Amino acid sequence: MGQITLQGVEKSFGPVHIIKGADLDIADGSFVVFVGPSGCGKTTLLRLIAGLEDVTGGAILIDGRNVVDVPPAKRGLSMVFQSYALYPHMSVRGNIAFGLKMAGLPKDEINRKVERAAATLNLTPYLDRKPRELSGGQRQRVAIGRAIVREPKAFLFDEPLSNLDAALRVQMRLEVTRLQKQLGTTAIYVTHDQVEAMTMADKIVVLNGGKIEQYGSPLELYERPANLFVAGFIGSPKMNFVTGEQAKEHGAATIGVRPEHLKVERDGQGWQGTVAVAEHLGSDTFLYVDTGPLGTLTARYVGELGLSPGDQVSLTPEPSRIHRFDDSGNSIRA
Amino acid sequence: MARMVTTQRKVISTVAAWLAGFLIFFPILWMVLASFKTELEAFAIPPSFLFFHWTLENYITVQERSDYVHHAVNSIIIAGGSTLIAMLIAIPAAWSMAFSPTRRTKDTLLWMLSTKMMPPVGVLVPIYLIYRNFGLLDTRAGLIFILCLGNLPIVIWMLFTYFKEIPKDILEAARMDGATIGRELVYVLTPMAVPGLASTLLLNLILAWNEAFWTLNLSTLEAAPLTVFIASYSSPEGLFWAKLSAASTLAIAPILVLGWFSQRQLVRGLTFGAVK
Amino acid sequence: MATQQTQLLARTLLTPAVALLFIWMIVPLALTVYFSTLHYNLLDPGSEQFVGLENFRYFLTDPAFLASLQNTLVLVGSVLAITIVVGVPLALLLDQQVVGLSIVRLMVIAPFFVMPTVSALVWKNLLMHPVSGLFAWLAKLLGLTPIDWFNDVPLLSVILIIAWQWLPFATLILLTALQSLDEEQKEAAEMDGASAISTFIYITLPHLARPITVVILIETIFLLTVFAEIFVTTGGGPGLQTTNIAFLIYSQALIQYDVGSASAGGLVAVVIANIVAFFLVRIVGRNLEA
Repeated sequence: MGQITLQGVEKSFGPVHIIKGADLDIADGSFVVFVGPSGCGKTTLLRLIAGLEDVTGGAILIDGRNVVDVPPAKRGLSMVFQSYALYPHMSVRGNIAFGLKMAGLPKDEINRKVERAAATLNLTPYLDRKPRELSGGQRQRVAIGRAIVREPKAFLFDEPLSNLDAALRVQMRLEVTRLQKQLGTTAIYVTHDQVEAMTMADKIVVLNGGKIEQYGSPLELYERPANLFVAGFIGSPKMNFVTGEQAKEHGAATIGVRPEHLKVERDGQGWQGTVAVAEHLGSDTFLYVDTGPLGTLTARYVGELGLSPGDQVSLTPEPSRIHRFDDSGNSIRA
Repeated sequence: MARMVTTQRKVISTVAAWLAGFLIFFPILWMVLASFKTELEAFAIPPSFLFFHWTLENYITVQERSDYVHHAVNSIIIAGGSTLIAMLIAIPAAWSMAFSPTRRTKDTLLWMLSTKMMPPVGVLVPIYLIYRNFGLLDTRAGLIFILCLGNLPIVIWMLFTYFKEIPKDILEAARMDGATIGRELVYVLTPMAVPGLASTLLLNLILAWNEAFWTLNLSTLEAAPLTVFIASYSSPEGLFWAKLSAASTLAIAPILVLGWFSQRQLVRGLTFGAVK
Repeated sequence: MATQQTQLLARTLLTPAVALLFIWMIVPLALTVYFSTLHYNLLDPGSEQFVGLENFRYFLTDPAFLASLQNTLVLVGSVLAITIVVGVPLALLLDQQVVGLSIVRLMVIAPFFVMPTVSALVWKNLLMHPVSGLFAWLAKLLGLTPIDWFNDVPLLSVILIIAWQWLPFATLILLTALQSLDEEQKEAAEMDGASAISTFIYITLPHLARPITVVILIETIFLLTVFAEIFVTTGGGPGLQTTNIAFLIYSQALIQYDVGSASAGGLVAVVIANIVAFFLVRIVGRNLEA
């Protein structure tokens, strides 16, 4: 079991409020990603759950029990650190076994569990090496091995992939997701990378300025962002925002259209503009179009249209895909 | 090196560096040579550099004189004892400041540093009188105590800078893994801190071994370490140069070896981390 | 709570060190202040009486004080000048590509590890002796009259010995600093057309400003209280020519047994050292933030 509930969790360092009252329900076995810009409090929230920081107010329930006074080791959680935090003087085996050794398990049981974890992560050939003799990806796997071997109620990941190169990151992303589904253990994963959040999460928590902006599945967040912040943060390239007359026509203070929901035509009745930059990725094309009063809009076109800077284009938003926001930035639902 | 250096330039700098090194090292070399000469050769003019009658006689004489051994033992006990006690007090203090810092940590550290800057002569009189009244003059315990306190700020500072370099993440990982503070110290912190502990130990051994203010003022015979023993050679002229050299060579040889090992840490230790 | 327990433990672990250093600093210093207001001579026990600032008046107007203050300043200033002026080029030299650099480094550092009494006696007897010293022989070889170092130029002799001991310290620190200088910075300067000399003046020297300050401050702290080298070579003489403040206080306390005026002198030394310490602590403190 690994059901985690936050009730009005607050954290301040002196006069600075880092977490301003967080309420959250994390179902057993789900993969939840905390995402937000740097300084939004996502890592602090994770460390509060881990017990590495004390809460200033509120309650953290794990399987219904309030754990705010329980030391980290007794919470039954394990954590993968951004720096991996491997013990440099211990072998891979020693690193993975350390938590079990501290729990006082018998030696043969420790060995069996360590070897099983190592096999799962393809680490068997490296068991007797020291961390400094491993590549970045292998170190990452050792850190994960250390977390899974203890069969915790939940895994906590603190930006674990940010030190890997792009290709390895994609591969590890898949491995982590697959492993979590296979083990069925609850996972909380902190990242600033919204692509990681969208691809890995069952549910995403978007944090900004110490507040939870929205909690929902990736598609919910993409299709029905609760406010301007979530709309701008989720999705790549970013959503286009238009204010003024065009927004008023839709009865909103601001309207938002994602680049993939703008129809691009050489001649059309939509918003007129000039191509400023065209990024040709082959599979699709990103156009940055200067539309005068509406500013620069980004449009995504699947395939190749043969456009180059200076060309005139027309951009038409799909009517059903227009997001409307009121004066205070909240989403207007029909 | 990213750049090509011409052979000519390399030859010039090599020759110049070796010449400078030799000149600086020469007094020590000259002393070591003198220790292998007879007393007569040691102050003969013109001096002989290599082609003299090499003898171990001085070393044998020095070793046989019981007082040399006595003072050497004193040096070992005083330097070793004061260093060990300083480490025992400093390790918990440095650990606490490095891993559980508060707003006052910085001030505490700087205050500790400032105690090291108090000139010993400023407190010579009271220390001397206290020692006299408590019967600590010319005792090993007295010297161990004062050298320990004198070096404590440096020990704490060095350990603090080493502990600071141990990533906090690793200690948190140990806590997540269920290690208590005691086990964290034994299994994680201590093994990672060993290099830092070793070089701190080494440097302070050297400083305590060479300390020559308190040892000269607070000991005369019973507890006198080698610094005081060597100083007693200052009055007679000429007659004992070779033996003085042999005794000196023995006194500095172990410390030179230790010092060469710890030269990198020396900078950090003596500048309180201001230059790394 | 968990982390609060850690903090409580941390406070407990820190206490012994803080308490010891506090006692070590406060008790003797308070006693020094107390003694400095007494007429107190160990040869005349039982005659202690309060004399106010009399000891300070006596110590500060004693011609020996002025002489020793001057000697102290000359000694500190000269050793600093020698170690920096020789140390900078030496460090630059050791920063070049040198065959067998590690051995040269060892030779350069060695004097720092020699105990003060040994280096003082080696210099006094084996090198500077007017008849049998190596310098005397060298002088004769060059057709010069040998110098009677400790009689003719006693302070200079002491300065040379101490400078030899501290040169390695300065060199090592400057070398460490030089090695942390970004190679690309020098290359950028070279691309900008700077000559070797302008690179040194505009890039290297500013980079060395901080380590040089550190060297000056730390050496000053130690050099203000040079004692052993004077104790075994000249005993402060001839006359007062090599008596510095530390040695003057020592001789008043442990030779003349005048506790009162030695304590007053001790406080003067503390004040002088504190002026230097003030700047050093500020530099170190700034570094602590980074």
